[in-house]
Amino acid sequence: MKQIFSLVLLVIMGVMLWSLIPLGQPTEPGEVAEHYIRHGIEENRGANLVTSVIVNYRGFDTLGEVTVLFLSVAGAGFVLRRREGLAPLTARPSSEILQTGARMLFAPLIVFGAYIFVHGHLSPGGGFQGGAVVASAVMLLLLADRDHRLPHGFMSWLESAAGFGYVLTGLAGLMVAGSFLSNQGVLPLGTWNRLFSGGVIPVIYILVGLKVGTELSVLLETMMNSGRPADTTGGEH
Amino acid sequence: MNTLTPATLYLATAIALILIGFAGLLVRRNILKMVLGFALVDTGIHLLIATLGSNPGKAAPILDSAELAADPGLVVDPVPQALVLTAIVIGLGVTALMLAYVVRLFALKKTLDVSEFGRLKW
Repeated sequence: MKQIFSLVLLVIMGVMLWSLIPLGQPTEPGEVAEHYIRHGIEENRGANLVTSVIVNYRGFDTLGEVTVLFLSVAGAGFVLRRREGLAPLTARPSSEILQTGARMLFAPLIVFGAYIFVHGHLSPGGGFQGGAVVASAVMLLLLADRDHRLPHGFMSWLESAAGFGYVLTGLAGLMVAGSFLSNQGVLPLGTWNRLFSGGVIPVIYILVGLKVGTELSVLLETMMNSGRPADTTGGEH
Repeated sequence: MNTLTPATLYLATAIALILIGFAGLLVRRNILKMVLGFALVDTGIHLLIATLGSNPGKAAPILDSAELAADPGLVVDPVPQALVLTAIVIGLGVTALMLAYVVRLFALKKTLDVSEFGRLKW
């Protein structure tokens, strides 16, 4: 009975979704998007319009997004902090291939992640993607050596500094140009399609990259060590 | 009904993903599989929004050549892509938090069956 009900519900949902969507008609940019496309370069000098939208036009949203990510990581850490009742985990030592591979790939992955978030205003990618690549390097390290501990003091310091820097950059825009996170007059806009261009956009995306990278690394470590006895994990963090 | 274009195919895939995810949420009793269902719905919605903002005749909204910068009419709307980027990050955070709760709930009852968690109090 319940299965039939679920099936009927899903069919209704499928029909609704299918009929709501204008199939096969390519959409034209709306009024706001038209402004972003026409004036994006003259206002921000960033070649990547998606980055311009995320970091400048909708920069306040992105500040909220970073806060949501921080809250979810803090929430996961809080939920997994108490270790009573968690199944004790006996980690098998990782294989030679994984250990050697992790040692070889760690530095290139960090550099690649940094490359992605430094070039966020020029090419596809940005702070979130670069941060995820950095976190994947840390995950490889943790998989290869289950007893490895991240430097928590340094990580939380870097994360807080990056978040604080984001807000300070926004306040600089408020003081110079009169609106929060404004890109006018805070830093020289530079030449289009060069690394040093886009005003505050690369600065903010680098801070976002650092913040996302450290947050996801701490999240991965929390989850991977959630089943371990407290004495081997260095206690509270 | 128009002909089968790549966009139609993407939309069909997106809707299929959303429906499979909801089916998982409705039918499965294992909390871990319900989280997976949620992740599928999430992915389907991302694909849906990204496809709605796409246009096979236009380039990506990255004005990195003089030709594109001179004629901005050649690129697609950047807003859906920015929205999807935001949604991916939020989806990741929500999924991570849900998985942390699953670990905690399993530690409590030693089972992942959702019907065992009838009482709200831990």
